[in-house]
Amino acid sequence: MSKQLALVIDLNVCVGCHACVTSCKQWNTSGAAGSLFDDQAYGADPTGTFFNRVMSFEVGEFPNTQTVHFPKSCLHCEDPPCVPVCPTGASYKREQDGIVLVDYDKCIGCKYCAWACPYGVRELDEKRQVMTKCTLCVDRITDQALPVAERKPACVLACPTSARLFGDVHDPESEVSVAIRERGGYALMPELGTQPANHYLPRRRTEAKSDPQQVVREANPLRVEGREPAAPGAPLSADWEH
Amino acid sequence: MIFFTTLAGAAQGLLIALVGADVAAALSLATLPDPLRYAGAATVLALGGIGLAAATFHLGHPLRAWRSAAMWRTSWLSREVIVLPLFLALTLAWAAAHAWTMPTVAVACGLAASAMAVLLYLCTGMIYGAVKAIREWATPLTPLNFALLGSASGLLLAAAFAAWLAPALTRAFAFSALVLTLIGAATRGGVAWRNHTLAPKTTLQSAIGVRHPHIVQSSQGAMGGSFNTREFFHGRSESYLRRMRWAAIVLGFAVPAVALATAPLAVASLAALAILQWLGMLAERWVFFAEVRHPQNLYYQRVG
Repeated sequence: MSKQLALVIDLNVCVGCHACVTSCKQWNTSGAAGSLFDDQAYGADPTGTFFNRVMSFEVGEFPNTQTVHFPKSCLHCEDPPCVPVCPTGASYKREQDGIVLVDYDKCIGCKYCAWACPYGVRELDEKRQVMTKCTLCVDRITDQALPVAERKPACVLACPTSARLFGDVHDPESEVSVAIRERGGYALMPELGTQPANHYLPRRRTEAKSDPQQVVREANPLRVEGREPAAPGAPLSADWEH
Repeated sequence: MIFFTTLAGAAQGLLIALVGADVAAALSLATLPDPLRYAGAATVLALGGIGLAAATFHLGHPLRAWRSAAMWRTSWLSREVIVLPLFLALTLAWAAAHAWTMPTVAVACGLAASAMAVLLYLCTGMIYGAVKAIREWATPLTPLNFALLGSASGLLLAAAFAAWLAPALTRAFAFSALVLTLIGAATRGGVAWRNHTLAPKTTLQSAIGVRHPHIVQSSQGAMGGSFNTREFFHGRSESYLRRMRWAAIVLGFAVPAVALATAPLAVASLAALAILQWLGMLAERWVFFAEVRHPQNLYYQRVG
């Protein structure tokens, strides 16, 4: 089976720091494809092109709420709705690794692909007037001059909590496939049949896992023989006194 | 796009009307004077040309427009880009064949141009109808409406031209325009009702994959706007939308239907009616775009 590179994003550990957003912008604005548009960056109404954005959602009602930080970039769908609609063939899905890319020299800027994509991950670069999107840092992951450990998308390398995993979701033993399989990885908007390659790992409930026995002194393996409170109910003296 | 679809739609309808009359003339059922043919063909070419220019210049890179014929196997937009010039060329050939008094060739070209006109309605409609994510558009009624409403404006134009150059044909054209306006009103009304009652399949829950009935966005991740916050929302108020809807109903359907059924079929009144109906079609097309609730908007609700 062919390769399908993808990101797996762990919502349980994403802290919403936007490091993936800024590192993405930095890498992709500095490449051979040209800079990503920024307008009025310090003005009243700034705008710009980003391949990756982090949104935040509040789930539940006070007091039972959770803030979910949600990074969103192109999902590199297995059945991408943006590709067949492109009239020029500028939008395509690479055979060898399943990355959905735009050939900027062929794009006529008709925006049809952005309308066909339900996820809103394609952004027209308003200066270059071509459609732009996440490339999974294709110019980085295939760069043989880089050390192997650095041949990963900029967002993955930047994430301080390792919330972003990168790999081949068609290889059942890859880190990403194992994560999807064992940690309940899911796809966005499954009802639309786009089969996104990127997956998200759900939030998990974190509980203190302690055996009640552990808090009873009798069963405490750290218990030191002869070390008893001076009087019933009195505090123990510190460990280093023994 | 609003200009292109309404202007080209009227051009296609006008051509179909004229070729219909031309075939009737060839079968000696009616007479179609040459001036009407030429004036009609010139109007079709002019409207189609203006529409084509409007469509080309809305592109980010108009000079690369020629590339858009490449992916006709998968893209309805690409198919449209091929069919539209064919339609205009065959219309020109139809008029030219008449000018060179080759009636058989003319009828053949005319029928081919009509076939292209119908195909063009299908292509234009399916550009929108094929987008599965936008359920307001993803219905066979979308191409059907493009065809019905375009033919209605085209026949109204044909009636105005006939009142000027071939009064005998006016009644037939006007009656067909009335019938198409009424059918179009029914199917467009059906779409409006469908959109009104459509329960979205994609929700915030499926958009972020969290199963909880109460989710609100607290931040879209950027303080400023972006392509995504501007492209998929019309930026007008609810009351503006309502006014446009009424403009479409009144100018596009009610006034033409009542006037065609009751008013005398004079050149001036029919021409004015055609312009009013086109304004109504502009409003209808604006509403067609404004009625879309794009799933991507779920991700862009609050600056935060």
